[in-house]
Amino acid sequence: MAEWWSYTLSDLLLFSPRTYRRLFELYNADIWPAQLVALALGAAIFAVVLRQARWRERGVAGMLALCWLWIAGAFHIRHYATINWAASYFAAGFAIQALLLARAGFFRDRLRFGAPPSPIGRAGLAIFLFALLAQPLIGPLLGRPWRQIELFGVAPDPTAIATLGILLISTDRVAWGLMVIPIAWCMVGGATLWAMESPDALLMPLVALIVVLLAVRRARL
Amino acid sequence: MQRASHRGRREFLGLTFATTAAMIVDSSRGTAQSAPLHAKPVPSSGEMLPVIGLGSWITFNVGNDPAARDDCADVMRSFFDAGGRLIDSSPMYGSSQAVIGYGLAKLRRRTAVFSADKVWISVGARGRDQVEQSRQYWGVRRFDLVQVHNLLAWQEHLPTLFAMKNAGQLRYVGVTTSEGRRHRDVERVMGQQPIDFVQITYNIVDREVEARILPLARERGIGVIVNRPFREGALIRAMARHPLPGFAGEIGCVNWAQFILKFIVSHPAVTCAIPATTSVVHVRENMEAAHGRLPDESMRRRMVAHVEAL
Repeated sequence: MAEWWSYTLSDLLLFSPRTYRRLFELYNADIWPAQLVALALGAAIFAVVLRQARWRERGVAGMLALCWLWIAGAFHIRHYATINWAASYFAAGFAIQALLLARAGFFRDRLRFGAPPSPIGRAGLAIFLFALLAQPLIGPLLGRPWRQIELFGVAPDPTAIATLGILLISTDRVAWGLMVIPIAWCMVGGATLWAMESPDALLMPLVALIVVLLAVRRARL
Repeated sequence: MQRASHRGRREFLGLTFATTAAMIVDSSRGTAQSAPLHAKPVPSSGEMLPVIGLGSWITFNVGNDPAARDDCADVMRSFFDAGGRLIDSSPMYGSSQAVIGYGLAKLRRRTAVFSADKVWISVGARGRDQVEQSRQYWGVRRFDLVQVHNLLAWQEHLPTLFAMKNAGQLRYVGVTTSEGRRHRDVERVMGQQPIDFVQITYNIVDREVEARILPLARERGIGVIVNRPFREGALIRAMARHPLPGFAGEIGCVNWAQFILKFIVSHPAVTCAIPATTSVVHVRENMEAAHGRLPDESMRRRMVAHVEAL
């Protein structure tokens, strides 16, 4: 891109805020009742993380991988790509993240959750619960219709935050490789909202920053 | 052969630019529209184009949303009903091309539109395929105008577009830029290539093109399409904090949008401006700017002085 430095975020925004919000409304209507399955998966992840089950790490990684793969196809390819040609690249990123989670957590059994979780692990759990229960409410609290709600497991933003929270719970060395794409998505999502002058634009980058700081701290312990 | 035709159209322009062209299209609605709708000749052909067109950046990228697609079709209906012809889009604009195609089919206006699109791909060999894909989205028999978007790979695309023009697969060729980028390259293309149109950003506060590009367009007989006349609405929002000056009434302006548009299209080198909107009310207001008195040079200076003093 020539003279790339002269472009602002708003120059790169291809759609209006109204169109972006309507996208979620149409997506939610299209995939119903997949939202219920996603919320059940979120509750299952929370329950499994707290239990001393033999397959819990594999189960959590598998469920997260499913969510990332679903979002790659159902959200990015089938819906977001209709208004943003970059969505096919986002889909590739989400599919890669699904593969990374499946490989590291499911097939290679590289994730380990402490019992009970460390203080940083508890912070990770709080971040996961925030993404599952609180983050979806931000839109309606800002006056957006409930039909446009963004839920964990089917919408990219809360899924990225929830994944970062789960990765903080892991007690082995910090899974930096699994954090790259969720953190990158926090930046992309934040930039999109910023370009749309959305009041919650800084939320995702802020949570990503907190996760990175906590991960760095844990790596030094 | 292209050079010869270029010289020919320059001679033609000496005649056509000497007069202000106007034609009556539809004068059925509104007080200002009782006056003729201003149109200007495409310098390379003499074909008349209304001075207000319709852009589609952001506004028509509504994906598969059926309600929003119908809203866009309503905007297009109002545009055509008011005498508008030129609609501009690009492969870069997401679903805009498909939404325009939906509107044209719904309104049965495929033959009424002056279709202006772009080629936007870094691999020159794939330009022709992209133009064909775009044409299918629009549902038109051929494009009236295809422009190289933001000069991307223009060295490769222009020969393809000129060949397509010679083969009758499109009617006009152009290049685009926006917000003041790559003006030196634009000048180089304008000076060396027999293009029919150049698309640039120009408005009452962004007037850099007045120094070189607009005079060069007149000299070379190149039509000028003006994008982002309102700075994506920011200019209107900034102006709306101030009352419209009393002298705006002398040129038939009743709002800032018309004030800004009349300033743009009154420049002798400008063929048309392409404001984008999602609002039927706004497209009607914009089209009103194509009617009534256009500012002369003295009035244009007064308009600039007033805006700069705000």
